[in-house]
Amino acid sequence: MSTLEHKLTKTTETVFTAEFHSLDGNGLEKAKKYADRLSGWFDGVNATDNTAAHAHVSNVATAIAMKQLGLEPILQVVCRDKNRLAQQADIMGASMFGVENFLALTGDDVTAGDETEARRVFDLDGPQLVRLMSTIKRGEYMSGRKIDPAPHMFIGAVENPGAPPFEYRVQRVAKKYASGAKFLQLQICYHQDRLEKFCAGVRDAGLAGKIAIIPTIVLIKGARPLNFMHNNVAGIDVPADQIARVEKAADPAEEAYLQTLEFAQHALAQPAVRGLHITDFRNDETLERLMTDLGRVRQSITSEVKDNHAYSA
Amino acid sequence: MTTFIATIEHVVKGPVWGCQDCGQCVLHSTGMTCPMNCPKTLRNGPCGGVRENGHCEVNPEMKCVWLKAYDRTQGWPLPLAWKEEYNHLRPPVDNRLKGTSSWKNFFTKRDRWTPAGWKNTTDESIEVGHN
Ligand code: SF4
Repeated sequence: MSTLEHKLTKTTETVFTAEFHSLDGNGLEKAKKYADRLSGWFDGVNATDNTAAHAHVSNVATAIAMKQLGLEPILQVVCRDKNRLAQQADIMGASMFGVENFLALTGDDVTAGDETEARRVFDLDGPQLVRLMSTIKRGEYMSGRKIDPAPHMFIGAVENPGAPPFEYRVQRVAKKYASGAKFLQLQICYHQDRLEKFCAGVRDAGLAGKIAIIPTIVLIKGARPLNFMHNNVAGIDVPADQIARVEKAADPAEEAYLQTLEFAQHALAQPAVRGLHITDFRNDETLERLMTDLGRVRQSITSEVKDNHAYSA
Repeated sequence: MTTFIATIEHVVKGPVWGCQDCGQCVLHSTGMTCPMNCPKTLRNGPCGGVRENGHCEVNPEMKCVWLKAYDRTQGWPLPLAWKEEYNHLRPPVDNRLKGTSSWKNFFTKRDRWTPAGWKNTTDESIEVGHN
């Protein structure tokens, strides 16, 4: 059982997850650097699958590298680039290397990336992919062909509490729960009222305690990333007063940090919330400060001892 | 004959509902809004990219198909059973049916076929803690 699954299903501890940076050139060397920065803080780290529709080192290869570096991967699987056969192959491939956490996403459209001429696949959608993961967990491929023994899997999904239609988003959570999702990472939401309503909705639907809600927090150094997200990331709206607050501050970096901390504390206080997902644009040196301010103590760093693994470069 | 029915269906449903001939019609359960007009062909609700004004992530000129479907399901005088079906988990598209008549597939129940692995597997035994 993965640490993430253990903490979420056997304890009431708050969990922290993060996003592994996408890997390109010098992958293994970079992976080690990223792992050293994250290790000891997180219960699971997303091995991303072509983030924002840009090609990178694959989700499966990243997850395997993370395992070797002592991090617990959460394998992201998106629907944009691969059909159901390829998705099953990736899930099985990762599980062969001991990956146990899986995260199903619909995924950004190809138009969000830098190869907008590519064919979009979307053979399955997000909720269907969750169900496919449950099928594999039960020991079958989609065709019904047996997988013996069935891989051990802890399945999650993603939802955006900040995009319309707001009331309907909770029903999508119910759908994903019914398909087998046990945890739900949320997209970043700069409207506290929307997050509050969403979490209250999850509780009122009787889903608190059934699916662990994990809102996202983004570490930023100033107003620029806020503007960037507001203007360029589909489904993310940042209220003008939140941008102005950072822009007009005497020390924008400090104000940005305080804003992030506030959002983190606010998110943790919502019903059905079991933890936080922490992301950043570049290596942000406030990670340690945020984790400490949230009362987290860093666990021993394990990547050093894994240095002699068989697959090192 | 089969092609003939498919042609009639296309002529009728094309202009009115923007039918994409998937051959497994779910219009009744989606507020008479064809989900195959979603650029991502999602069949189970909107993606996370819906814009603040309710328009589509991919095509900013177009209202999100799923917002339309939601509004119509709420507002239109559709049969209650259809409205309830809005929240059902619709199975993956059977790509073999593309271009065939969904009317015929409905009457022959061909559109009800799902792969053997597509069963409900909710694992209620595992609960997560909460605050
Ligand atoms: S915004 Fe709506 S119509 Fe556009 S891709 Fe997402 S779900 Fe489909």
